[in-house]
Amino acid sequence: MHLKYESIIREPLVDGDKSYHQITEDICSPIESKPTKLWTIGFLISASLLGFGIFSVTWEVYWGTGVWNLNRTIGWGYDITNFVWWVGIGHAGTLISAILLLFRQGWRTGVNRAAEAMTIFAVMCAGQFPIWHMGRVWDAFFVLPYGNTRGPLWPNFISPLLWDVFAISTYFTVSLLFWYSGLIPDFATLRDRAKTKFRKMTYGVASFGWAGSAKHWQRHEMLSLVLAGLSTPLVLSVHTIVSFDFATSIVPGWHTTIFPPYFVAGAVFSGFAMVQTLLVLTRKVLNLQEYITIGHIEAMNKVIVLTGSIVGVAYLTELFIAYYSGVLWEQEAFRLRVMGPYWWAYWAMMTCNVVSPQLFWFKKLRRNIWFTFFMSIIVNIGMWFERFVIIMSLHRDYLPSSWSYYTPSWPEVGFYLGSFGLFFTCYFLFAKYFPVIAIAEIKFILKTSGENFKNKMDVIEEANTEHFIEEQLHHHH
Amino acid sequence: MSIKKFAVAVYDDEAVLFPAVKKVRGAGYKIHDVYTPFAVHGLDEALGEKESDLHIAGFIYGITGTCTALGFMGWIFTTDWPQNFGGKPNFPLPAFIPITFELTVLFAAVGMVLTFCYLNQIMPGVKKHIFDPRQTDDKFVLVIEVNDQNAAETEAFLKATGAEATNIQVAESDWWFGRFDKKEDYEIQQQLA
Repeated sequence: MHLKYESIIREPLVDGDKSYHQITEDICSPIESKPTKLWTIGFLISASLLGFGIFSVTWEVYWGTGVWNLNRTIGWGYDITNFVWWVGIGHAGTLISAILLLFRQGWRTGVNRAAEAMTIFAVMCAGQFPIWHMGRVWDAFFVLPYGNTRGPLWPNFISPLLWDVFAISTYFTVSLLFWYSGLIPDFATLRDRAKTKFRKMTYGVASFGWAGSAKHWQRHEMLSLVLAGLSTPLVLSVHTIVSFDFATSIVPGWHTTIFPPYFVAGAVFSGFAMVQTLLVLTRKVLNLQEYITIGHIEAMNKVIVLTGSIVGVAYLTELFIAYYSGVLWEQEAFRLRVMGPYWWAYWAMMTCNVVSPQLFWFKKLRRNIWFTFFMSIIVNIGMWFERFVIIMSLHRDYLPSSWSYYTPSWPEVGFYLGSFGLFFTCYFLFAKYFPVIAIAEIKFILKTSGENFKNKMDVIEEANTEHFIEEQLHHHH
Repeated sequence: MSIKKFAVAVYDDEAVLFPAVKKVRGAGYKIHDVYTPFAVHGLDEALGEKESDLHIAGFIYGITGTCTALGFMGWIFTTDWPQNFGGKPNFPLPAFIPITFELTVLFAAVGMVLTFCYLNQIMPGVKKHIFDPRQTDDKFVLVIEVNDQNAAETEAFLKATGAEATNIQVAESDWWFGRFDKKEDYEIQQQLA
């Protein structure tokens, strides 16, 4: 028993009259019942989007990247926009599970499992774009440093694009390990209460034979803590490296030192928005409002307004530095962003990312489910436009003869839609067959943060502090 | 594999478990293991377990990753295939940092998870005896290894420590490869007997 005591002024993290067994029931029963009609419909829509994506990509591989509307001036278009967008979304999960663990934020327990799953699926989607952009995708393994018959000739280890390969694959692996190590005990819970043979077998394999021994839990705690410590700089490094793709190139509007922090803040911003989109729906459909409370949603909205403001400051700083630098190319690049041919994208970005999240300063709006859901979509639209705006800086080259304009072709749009298909297909499967909330972790915080236990704390509140500590220590050690 | 006899006590709450552990240890019994549905803080201490050294393993793996990355890239850029990038040095340390960092994290994380699985003897296909199906749900299970002579006495002692239920089980004490949806031979024999 820990000596942690949480004031009754703090909002409970688990509502209702819950016992350990009730928590298991609440989280496991949707997994054990037949899929609902709504789930089946959602899954089929996602799967068909995925199918269309596969078709679009097959088309692109067969005919070559020429079917995309990229040209000599705008060599990066939809694919890199979508890559950065998805990677950004994939930052919330590890932030919630790692950084908030180190900061001892109790509210992370309600949302970390789903957020981490979302991270993994988002990174999977992100990875598709650079891979298929290679065109000759069967040569994709050339990016790996393997002994070859060409010298051996190695990849260029000082290229940010190769750093990306290492950063994204490490991030994916570590997030997956972190997520799965948390899932093992919960799979054991599902295994031991399974009624059907098939479920007992599959969850038995998935649980690695976990039994819940005290020594194993001690190691599990240590593992989570160290993985959190490793993931915290990792999550910051990934989007920093993604921003290097741009920042290390000598293109006006890209070659700036503000990019790493600005990209990381934007990534957290869009990631939390995506978590909100998914959890507002998940808690309703799976009836988990007592675990993902309004308090959880409000906490995430606070992160959104903070990171949204950081992003806003970054946009204004960019404009100011362009003006203040006195560099003609830099000034022109930003003039074109604000009032060039892509002015609509710039202003869409400004409205969605900077202006509208400021509404979250109002407590009423932060705690409003429908407004949160609406805003989460707006933020992700805004963040998509941010990447589009940055990449479309390419449309005015140094030579007026190569000035250009870019609109995506159908295989590019299809590929993007297909990534949604992949993401939601995975998420639907996760929501049906995996414990959406970390069961063991919720049980761990129940006695300090559960509503029914908090209500009994009046006695402790009035008790003498010295006496309380003494009694606790005496009782348990 | 070794099949042994165990006295099993099932507790309803960790607040009952802690004093029980204290009593059991005080009476000189050697606890085989305690199974809980979640990480109960302080239980390892109450059982007299040492702190886990897993983080030291993690550090060693991390350093291995750092050395691998720096050594490999350094060898390629200075020895195996030196190239001249605009007259820049052949060992550009700042530009090596991103990959070095990523490999440090990757080695540490993968190594630690594998070590964790090895130490706990868990992997897909591994089966262990579950003393109570609710030990992964809401019950706290304390297990003591017994023999034919002291079984009844131990069970009675456990009952007196506030256990909700107690029983004697003959079970495999180690792990083995098996499926959770199937009964093992020794379990079937026990049922027949």
